[in-house]
Amino acid sequence: MPATRLYKTEAVVLRQRKLGEADCIMVLYSPAYGKFEAKARGVRKTTSRLAGHIQPLNRCLLQLAQGHVSDVVTGCQTLDSFRRLREDLERLSRALYAVELLEKMTPEHVPGVPTYRLLVETLERLETAPDSGIDIAVRYFEMRLLDLSGFRPEIMVCLACGLPLRPQENFFAPASGGTLCPACAPQALVTRDLSLNALKVLRLLQKGSYREMGGLRMPPDLADEVERHLRSYVVHVLERDLRAAAFVERLRREAQPIARPHIVVNTSGDISTTVERVARDMGE
Amino acid sequence: MREPLPSIAAPLTRLIEEFYKLPGIGPKSAQRLAYYLLRTPASEAQALADAILEVKEKIRFCSVCQNVTDADPCRICQSDSRDRSVVCVVEEPMDIVAVERTRYRGLYHVLHGAISPIDGIGPEELKVAELLKRLRPDEVKEIILATNPNLEGEATAMYLARLLSPLGVKVTKLARGLPAGGDLEYADDITLTRALEGRQEVN
Repeated sequence: MPATRLYKTEAVVLRQRKLGEADCIMVLYSPAYGKFEAKARGVRKTTSRLAGHIQPLNRCLLQLAQGHVSDVVTGCQTLDSFRRLREDLERLSRALYAVELLEKMTPEHVPGVPTYRLLVETLERLETAPDSGIDIAVRYFEMRLLDLSGFRPEIMVCLACGLPLRPQENFFAPASGGTLCPACAPQALVTRDLSLNALKVLRLLQKGSYREMGGLRMPPDLADEVERHLRSYVVHVLERDLRAAAFVERLRREAQPIARPHIVVNTSGDISTTVERVARDMGE
Repeated sequence: MREPLPSIAAPLTRLIEEFYKLPGIGPKSAQRLAYYLLRTPASEAQALADAILEVKEKIRFCSVCQNVTDADPCRICQSDSRDRSVVCVVEEPMDIVAVERTRYRGLYHVLHGAISPIDGIGPEELKVAELLKRLRPDEVKEIILATNPNLEGEATAMYLARLLSPLGVKVTKLARGLPAGGDLEYADDITLTRALEGRQEVN
């Protein structure tokens, strides 16, 4: 924390919880101070000047005063409210998932410029991506956040024998931290089948840029598989499940005919060829 | 709570601890309340105790609108003077008190919360199933979503709109805009955008 009593920082509001009659405790993520909590006074009154600016998922410029227990918000100006994201339940649910993951994954008061940039970019992507791309944006966020937090899963070689994985069905073992080849898999306690296509998508998420994800079209079972593997790894790292995930699942279940547009199989070409093409472009 | 001082009598400590459990009451307020009650006549303490017990005994949720009530169905749901074709959906029973100050004279439905995925509150934790159950298209013509204009309230409204619109009822939402006594200069862009969209002709 800086030496002066008042300080300014840019931050994204991760969430709020009520405090007393009209106050709120906000959980913020800023590039300079990482994740931290601050108190906002009187923001639950209709005439509050701050209320609209400190809504969760807002990116804003904050002025804060150091307090004894927690810092107090004295001024706030919205920089980006990601409006389209708020007006679409599917996008909103994914954004809340991303924000919850970030909150659970990051320690307090550890500066994180790359993490902040990733968060803002992800919110922008969730706002502007086509309906079919929002889940990919979330998977990319998960993989990159694991990377930035020091939990990068090993998916290039077998964790037991150290040999590069062969192009065949392998195994994913969240507790071991990555992939196992069929010969070594029986040694691990919990393993999940990992199809070749899912492995390629995971590698692409780990090594490719977000722009390269644009060419990615996944049939529903492959998208499910990739999500399952990443989720199981995230749950292993956090030692608990994410609450927002249940809501995302529920929305999918309830809106079968309209939601999950990414399950629409690309008609111009077969899925395996698309994944292979992207993998080839990466020089695999 | 910290260890009670040995100099405080045990029954008094117990009362302080009970007050301390209430929302917004810290250790000092709890002590002040307890010592205040000590000085009041026994009849007043009895009245307070009776009132608390009576509330717990008699108040329950209305089987129709889920509002807190001592009669089931509640007075609003029973009333003949109410417009039965409109249902106003609110988050908390206290919101009904606020809406009642307006000229609205339709029916209500209380959700008892708002969807907040991060806190693990999904639609199943709210009285959503009860809302669907009471809707008969021949009777209810319009549903007004009067959730709070924050992230959780908006998520709840969007979820309900998606759920209700296939049922063939008109679904409306309270207007978003500038509050009375507010200040244009400090308005956030979402509020201002919506206020602009919902602008009205001045005659």
